[in-house]
Amino acid sequence: MQTLEPYLAEHPFLEGLEPYQLKIIVGCASNVRFDAEQYILREGEEATNFYIIHQGKVALEIFTSDRGPITIQTIGEGEVLGWSWLIPPYQWHYDARAIEPTSAIALDAKCLRAKCEEDHDLGYELLKRFTHVITQRLEATRLQLLDVYGVH
Amino acid sequence: MKSIIPEPMIPKPFRIHRKLKETHDTYTIELESTNGADGFPFSAGQFNMVYVFGVGEVPISISGDPSIPKMLRHTTRSVGTVTKAILKLRSGDVLGVRGPFGSHWPVNEAVGNDVIIVAGGIGLAPLRPVLYSFISQRDKYGKIILLYGARTPEDLLYKKELEQWRGRFDLEVKVIVDSATGNWRGNVGVVTTLIPRIQFDPLHTVAMICGPEVMMRYTLKELQSRGIKNENIFVSMERNMKCGICLCGHCQLGPKFVCKDGPVFCYDHIKELFGKREI
Repeated sequence: MQTLEPYLAEHPFLEGLEPYQLKIIVGCASNVRFDAEQYILREGEEATNFYIIHQGKVALEIFTSDRGPITIQTIGEGEVLGWSWLIPPYQWHYDARAIEPTSAIALDAKCLRAKCEEDHDLGYELLKRFTHVITQRLEATRLQLLDVYGVH
Repeated sequence: MKSIIPEPMIPKPFRIHRKLKETHDTYTIELESTNGADGFPFSAGQFNMVYVFGVGEVPISISGDPSIPKMLRHTTRSVGTVTKAILKLRSGDVLGVRGPFGSHWPVNEAVGNDVIIVAGGIGLAPLRPVLYSFISQRDKYGKIILLYGARTPEDLLYKKELEQWRGRFDLEVKVIVDSATGNWRGNVGVVTTLIPRIQFDPLHTVAMICGPEVMMRYTLKELQSRGIKNENIFVSMERNMKCGICLCGHCQLGPKFVCKDGPVFCYDHIKELFGKREI
């Protein structure tokens, strides 16, 4: 049976992990699929997974009562969706909706948190990788806030 | 007595053939010489000084096809006195045009390489002639990738052409907007986030960037992090061009004159000046 290990081993997000660490992560991973328009996660719900998008596109949305859902970012192939699983109270801050048929690897949050508590080296490695993702997203958000294409 | 006014200072009359609405505040005007037969040869990336008689003159990039010199196209956003006046003009009205001025995109130098074009907002206008040139000689280049960022889906320029380009198998076109409501199916975020999503050969890639300077700054960082050399990155700088022929100094960028040395610069030649606060 083919496991997720070869795919995850080559994924840039997990590149450089020790083989035993990769095995732990594979143990918490599963394949998932979402139809177009299907919500993957909802604001306020428990952050039970994070996802590595294999194929497709996902919109991160904030719902507003006057304008409806507003997309703040889209995430595509090879990118990571969700970091609220790392930070208490482990609840999603946004909605995420597949805007195309999307396949992803889901990583079980409880499983990974428990493994990280047991193995701080693994926890540190994951935290470093998520910090990189969070920094990139923060930088992009700051650029968005500048409204560089607006008339100033 | 011979005139002391250099000829490039005399505007030539051009008649508005057609005005196309691109977005709520941006139009493309198609101009024909009032002399009829005269063409207007230019290179991709160059600009003209466009004169609304009695109002004033502004520098505007040429956004048309260099292989069709008979029809001069300019895309302009209505933000100042002159551009607002341009948008009030109608088909048949006459404008003054001086040019073409400045440097051009390295269309020939890029032959044999992959090409990445990164445009932000109205920055797509001076890059459209490059795309026309590449498409007309498609087999001379490796991958051709257009990354285009705009404020919202409503602010995208050249929507029909974007669709046509996206439909081609030999072009990779990625569009992204800063914000969108639920019915937009495309990418949302800043244009720099598209760079990690594309595949190219960094040692044999030429990049061309045009947009707000802050957008270009972060685009440069991303391209450099992907291994593209500074000498293969080209940027179009915007300054307050007035004379267009390197006389008045309004467009000075340190020791460079954007109207003559630019607007298209090899990044390697201006890296010390780029983003410098004092200039």
